[in-house]
Amino acid sequence: MKKDTQPEYIFGLDSFGDLAAKKDGTMTNYAEAIRLVIKESVLAEKVGIDAITLGEHHRADFAISSPEMVLAAIASKTKRIKLASGVTVLSSDDPVRVFERFSTLDAVSGGRAQIILGRGSFTESFPLFGYDLRDYEELFEEKIELFSKILKEEPVSWQGTHTQSLDAADIFPKTESGKLETLVGVGGSPQSVIRAAAYDFPLMFAIIGGSPERFTPYADLYKRAVAEFGRTPHPIGMHSPGFIADTDEEAIKLAFPWFKEQMDRVGKTRGWAPMSREHFLGEVKHGSMYVGAPETVAQKIAAAMKAIGATRFDLVYGFGPVPIKARQRMIELYGTKVIPRVRELLAGN
Amino acid sequence: MQTIGIIGAGKLGITLAQLAVRAGYQVLISGSGDPGKIRLAVDVLAPGAVSARSQEVAESADIIILALPLGKFHQLAPQYFADKLVIDAMNYWWEVDGPRSDILPDDQSSSEYVQALLPAAHVIKALSHMGYHDLYDEARGKDLPGRKAIALAGDNTADIAAASELIDSLGFDPLPIGQLAAGRKLEPGGPAFGVDENIQALRQLLG
Repeated sequence: MKKDTQPEYIFGLDSFGDLAAKKDGTMTNYAEAIRLVIKESVLAEKVGIDAITLGEHHRADFAISSPEMVLAAIASKTKRIKLASGVTVLSSDDPVRVFERFSTLDAVSGGRAQIILGRGSFTESFPLFGYDLRDYEELFEEKIELFSKILKEEPVSWQGTHTQSLDAADIFPKTESGKLETLVGVGGSPQSVIRAAAYDFPLMFAIIGGSPERFTPYADLYKRAVAEFGRTPHPIGMHSPGFIADTDEEAIKLAFPWFKEQMDRVGKTRGWAPMSREHFLGEVKHGSMYVGAPETVAQKIAAAMKAIGATRFDLVYGFGPVPIKARQRMIELYGTKVIPRVRELLAGN
Repeated sequence: MQTIGIIGAGKLGITLAQLAVRAGYQVLISGSGDPGKIRLAVDVLAPGAVSARSQEVAESADIIILALPLGKFHQLAPQYFADKLVIDAMNYWWEVDGPRSDILPDDQSSSEYVQALLPAAHVIKALSHMGYHDLYDEARGKDLPGRKAIALAGDNTADIAAASELIDSLGFDPLPIGQLAAGRKLEPGGPAFGVDENIQALRQLLG
């Protein structure tokens, strides 16, 4: 009888290029924050982390607006780690240029590029690049369809409404593998899940609050949609924020003010009430903030991956004004303690 | 058994459909246009709920919940809402709706505006201040410890009572806070927006 084989598990780190706190208590500037991410990615590879995922933002709290530029720099200093964007806001980008930039990154890195496409949870890019937010849905729908055609790496003919029209246009550079790895990131909109299945993309859930189990039915929805469209079932991944320190007490004590600052800064523009300590502790205990000692975080990650059926977990690190040293320690603990322990827990079922 | 009609099949609409099915209601839900577009999502995420067109949802429901983007609300035909209890769970959202003054009168809460556009409906503002994932995670039976509260606003006592009963059966303690104008406190930027608290804490926040 054929024995079940273990799926290939992937563990990544995610950053948006948050400004970090320096030794003297002041914050890094944007350039320093970007160089810090490059340095941390080198460390991440060294401690056994599989992927670094950098998200595109266009706002004052995050330094990274061009993930693929930073990823190219990381490529030149690493050998093995996957280089992902999470997400690339396709709605306000040009699908042809997205392919060109990431197939270039794929060349530079020897086939390590990954694109995670998404609509993004922020909207600054729309006015910045001359798009109308009222076209939010239509822009993504049209561009993901065009992008899925471009990915075939054959001449594309296309009649665009929000995009250019193309007449047997061939797009370069072609990749060596013939397949630029592309996933779709979704935050919980049912139609986005179905869309990922319709266009035959693997799925990444962005889970930034609430119980991860809430996404189990969404994973079922993805599988059902894949079957209905007659597509290949692809792996499912997830990303959530966290902080790891040597003990639970230390991690919670340190992380609360950092997480609060970041959540409240976003909350202010969105009209949320400030985050209470009780809410934070609830998220740590039952929700989607992976904060604690390595064993605690490993147990929480393994439980969430099992509940959702995910084979990839990306931990958002440096969430808020985390000091450089604490970020470094967290990466070491994640790579050397948490990931091996999660693998063990998943293998043991 | 009462029929709950939910207009909007996004994150909030689907979550409310899940809670309403669990509470034992007949549930109809619509997205924009053809129900075929949402059928799979409804079947998998909220089994038991039935997808339909918005007009059909409004006509057949005893209680209608509005869970669509506020900016798309004007596309609904007012005549189907006449004499119905309508729970407005929508929020003005600057990122997609643009400046508030573009779509809402400055001196009105968004639910007063909804009431003005649906003059023959009985509009209640509710189920809009708690995030959809908290709604899903926090719903629990009456008298269970840690039950959270949902604030509601409306102009008519009988409507408030009926909406309170719905909120209670969905798994939350209802907290009436006054007339539709008071619904402003539940909007983005107001003291209760994004809040999941028990009834004492919520009352204190809104006091």
